[in-house]
Amino acid sequence: MATALELHDLTVSYHKKPVLYGVDLAIPEGSLVGLIGPNGAGKSTLIKAVMGLLPVSGGWVKVFDQPFKEAKRRVGYVPQRESVDWDFPVNVMDVVLMGRYGRLGLLKRPGKADREKAREALDKVAMLPYANRQISNLSGGQQQRVFLARALAQESDLYLMDEPFAGVDAATERAIIALLQELKAKGKTILVVHHDLTTVKEYFDRLVLLNMRVVASGPTEEIFTVDLLQKTYGGRLTLLSDIAQESTHHEQGTK
Amino acid sequence: MRVLMAVLLLLAALGVPTPLLAARVGDLTETEVLEQARRFFSFSDPALRTALLGCLLLGLNCGLLGSFVVVRRLSLVGDTLSHAVLPGIALGFLWNMSKDPVVILIGATSAGVLAMLTVNAITRTTRLKDDAAMGLVLSSFYAIGICLVTMIQRLPTGQKSGIDKFLFGQAAALTSSEVLTIGITSLVTLFFVGLCFKGLLVLSFHREYGESLGLPMGWLHQIVMILTAFAVVTAMQAVGVVLVSAMLILPAATASLLTDRLHRLIWLAALLGMLAAALGAFFSFLGNNFPTGPFMVLAGAALFIPAFLFAPRHGWITRWWRHLSRRLRTERENTLKAMYHVLEDRDFHGESVSVVELAQKRRETIEEVTQRAHALQRAHLATLTDGTMLHFTPEGLLKARAIVRNHRLWELYLTNIMQYESDHVHDDAEKIEHVLGEDMVRQLERKLDFPQTDPHGKEIPRVDSGLVQRSSRSS
Repeated sequence: MATALELHDLTVSYHKKPVLYGVDLAIPEGSLVGLIGPNGAGKSTLIKAVMGLLPVSGGWVKVFDQPFKEAKRRVGYVPQRESVDWDFPVNVMDVVLMGRYGRLGLLKRPGKADREKAREALDKVAMLPYANRQISNLSGGQQQRVFLARALAQESDLYLMDEPFAGVDAATERAIIALLQELKAKGKTILVVHHDLTTVKEYFDRLVLLNMRVVASGPTEEIFTVDLLQKTYGGRLTLLSDIAQESTHHEQGTK
Repeated sequence: MRVLMAVLLLLAALGVPTPLLAARVGDLTETEVLEQARRFFSFSDPALRTALLGCLLLGLNCGLLGSFVVVRRLSLVGDTLSHAVLPGIALGFLWNMSKDPVVILIGATSAGVLAMLTVNAITRTTRLKDDAAMGLVLSSFYAIGICLVTMIQRLPTGQKSGIDKFLFGQAAALTSSEVLTIGITSLVTLFFVGLCFKGLLVLSFHREYGESLGLPMGWLHQIVMILTAFAVVTAMQAVGVVLVSAMLILPAATASLLTDRLHRLIWLAALLGMLAAALGAFFSFLGNNFPTGPFMVLAGAALFIPAFLFAPRHGWITRWWRHLSRRLRTERENTLKAMYHVLEDRDFHGESVSVVELAQKRRETIEEVTQRAHALQRAHLATLTDGTMLHFTPEGLLKARAIVRNHRLWELYLTNIMQYESDHVHDDAEKIEHVLGEDMVRQLERKLDFPQTDPHGKEIPRVDSGLVQRSSRSS
């Protein structure tokens, strides 16, 4: 299978302190991948570095076997919800149309076809009725859906999502995961920063365990082990024993 | 609008005579002000036409760029820029002891750029944050500027240099070449904003996302900053160093209260900017060429106040009014509910409720309850006969039944589904009954399997018909 995203010896530093150190990673096309690691492990940094939003002090990024710059259009970014000012004077449609801006370039205005794409994307996340709402009137889950719709409107082949499940209601979480699985079925590749270890097995077919470097990467059933999680999360045994219990429950099918 | 003009005229009338009072009381008559106003609106004076055109253009420019300054929360940047350019202006003047607009523009822009670089250097190398760094740079540069301006005024040629006009602004002192500079910068801004609106929208909303799309965010940011510096510098002659940043912020802040879409905000800010600038020029002219800056800013503030009070969504009075009408509605609904309870207590015998009964039910005086009865009558929910007997109107009865139903359904939901004790649920239901929509009611009914009675054994009224249903199975 072709490789959607490949990192080689990627090193990123904040104020001369390395956050990511010599990261090697290859993600095959058409997989739904969870990016897991403790707080401060560099999960968001990894995504931002791939998107070229942070200066990289070493290594390279390839997307679909091309240098990132040339394949930029094929990558969609879903930032953290808190990274924007939700009082900003735009409505839902305006935000989703931004997903088309990359294709349109700086000067061309969005046309009828772009609006149609934006409506389709909103419909996919069940937000079309709210298209004319000002964004400050949305709930957390709705805001996250708007960001997803914007990414869908980009029609990318690789999606990088920074905590799409943070602070959303259960219904939205189910809707989002269904959508991600649908995208995967269409051959898209999705990398998701994820926090909730209890849902990992259910959601992702591959995992990347990250803590400054890649601890392990591969199919979930091979990677999601107490041993590797312990390596990733260091000495946080209470958390790990909970997860261990959880995962044995999973294996025995008692959940 | 007319009220506003009146307020401003009053302001001007107050402002005009004061400094002249000592010299010639009674000399300045009302007709003189009217005469000045007539001269202003006849547009026959070429110098006046130049000044007014300059003001309109700078208002447009400041409004357009101020929109981005305000939505990106960069207001302090505008303030820093405007104060920091003063030494540049003074040095530009000292270059060949004249007010050459191009030299002054270059001097001012370099001073602005230097100030911004200093701010960056301070924030990057120390633990000071943006606000402290900007405050520091703003005041230091301004102090240098004031020293230089004072020095120039002490020079033999300095007295009539007109450099002091840069402090508080003097639209009448605008030369046609200065107006041309303002015009060119404004047109450049207009085209830039029109052409790159999409990019500017993403830049302002979320710069990182714009970068992820591959749009040249860095370039757009630099161009906006440079155009803002130009807007500030060119507007300085007419508005003055001290107040020019207000021309960036006021129109855009007003517009942001009035609309929720960026493109509307921008055009509205441009219009308001032009209006404020023209009004400022007008009142400065009325007052025999008073400093223009303060009048422009006052006009801008006068436009802000009604928006602050009456804006459709964010206005202070609008919100207060919404709150008040909600409270009054709740009170009416509570009275209706009490009437229903009175009727229910006597098994719906008779249709009228006396004021005394209602007072007993509500534990209030007859006077208080009579007021409530009048409020119901005004809202056509009940009729009051002889000042003592209340009858539901059909609409009032429906409403009363709906409120009682909401209350009892919610109590039932809390006890049966959420497992609360039945003595815990009344107070919560008192609030929820007023906000439950029909849709929620249907859901509750389905969830509770269309219940007949509430946790206290009272019947839950049905609302599908407007008739009083005599309870057939009342306890």
